[in-house]
Amino acid sequence: MARTMRAAIPDRSADPEVDVSMTVNGEAVSRTVSVRMLLSDFLRHELGLTGTHVGCEHGVCGCCTVLIDGRAGRSCLTLAVQANGYDIRTIESVAAADGTLHPVQQAFKECHGLQCGYCTPGMVMNIVARFEEPGKLDLSDEGIRDLLSGNLCRCTGYLNIIAAVRRAAELLGRA
Amino acid sequence: MKPSIFGYQAPASIEEAISILAGDPDAVVLAGGQTLLPAMNFRAANPSTLVDIQHVADLRGIEVGTEIIVVKAMTRHREFELDAAVARVNPLVAEVMQHVAHVPIRNRGTVVGSLCHADPSAEMPLLLVLLGGSVIAQGPSGRREIAAEDFFQSFLTTARERDEIITEARFPVLPKAAGWAFDEVTRRHGDYAIAGVGCVLSLDDRGRASRVQLAACGIADTPVRLRDAENVLTGTVLDASDLDAAVAASTAAVTQPDEMHVSQTYRRRALGTLIRRMVTTAAQRATQMEIA
Repeated sequence: MARTMRAAIPDRSADPEVDVSMTVNGEAVSRTVSVRMLLSDFLRHELGLTGTHVGCEHGVCGCCTVLIDGRAGRSCLTLAVQANGYDIRTIESVAAADGTLHPVQQAFKECHGLQCGYCTPGMVMNIVARFEEPGKLDLSDEGIRDLLSGNLCRCTGYLNIIAAVRRAAELLGRA
Repeated sequence: MKPSIFGYQAPASIEEAISILAGDPDAVVLAGGQTLLPAMNFRAANPSTLVDIQHVADLRGIEVGTEIIVVKAMTRHREFELDAAVARVNPLVAEVMQHVAHVPIRNRGTVVGSLCHADPSAEMPLLLVLLGGSVIAQGPSGRREIAAEDFFQSFLTTARERDEIITEARFPVLPKAAGWAFDEVTRRHGDYAIAGVGCVLSLDDRGRASRVQLAACGIADTPVRLRDAENVLTGTVLDASDLDAAVAASTAAVTQPDEMHVSQTYRRRALGTLIRRMVTTAAQRATQMEIA
């Protein structure tokens, strides 16, 4: 008895692909990826840069924050193809090649600005971006809370993180 | 990969983008993606094709004229917020922008994208309605200008046809010596507003309000111009009894029903408090402008 006819298995994926090229942490990279690949997945799965953490995948938690042409942005709310031609920096680029911590990382360490560390890469990238902007920093409690308002910490370590931002400003001569 | 399968087009011109939209009823414009991509990650939005307009040179930038600030479709919130020429002719913009999400979102999200999303509790639609601005819609049959109050039709619904692109928003500059204010009540900083109020007003040489613009977000299915309150306040010295009358004239504008965290009564009270504060702040600033 003939069974119900099956559709032929297609010879190629129904998932459209696209060529993308960008600079990641100073290095030119090119890949052919699905158009629906998020930049966060591109960094983690295609490039092995798993320092960029993925929390909520809808822009609320801030764990996946990277620098897109020097400005902090959510890599989970950016398609890899949208970043075509852009300069991307991730947490892996922040410490020096010999492992010396960036002043923002050093400040987190000194002030115990992390417990589990899941949110830390996004926090650090967001803070680094602000420190790289010219102009006076608002280092009042309110100003620092506003800076951190797009990053959630579930260990509730906010007081130490606020202290770390202030310490980083001292280390960078921005206090 | 969270979104379902879609196609991707990156046109280089507005005309090319429009022809893609016209040829595919389920194609959607992608600008900053800060609302669309979360919706796609949840699979609440499943477009057939994304039309990424970031490479269209004609859709970039801000033009500050003597009466109108033109904000092109790819202008990010943060560009509008930090533009020194915008701040000179309309200081209200930067004040409103402090309440829009967080800096990393403002770095990516676009002003026009927020207008097209038309969340009734969002700040950009309120700003356009408050100032009496407009948008330019371009489609297969040409360009048309749509006034802010005609553009926002209902919750997440605008007058844009699906094969049209909003190429720019037009925000009027503030009148000379006008005072301004914006604030909102939210559960957390950066959240959508439970209620938000913006005010622009001018005083005559006797300290009476010669012109009052007042609008609110979060209280109805669109941002609302509070014309009854504007009429009550115009010609007065804006004292406590005038403010009471303006608040009383605005209660009917609150039509959002009770929600899990916010009753309609609470929203009315928040609106009343904000009207009092914003009118007072705008009047103080108008007085300072006259002295200066």
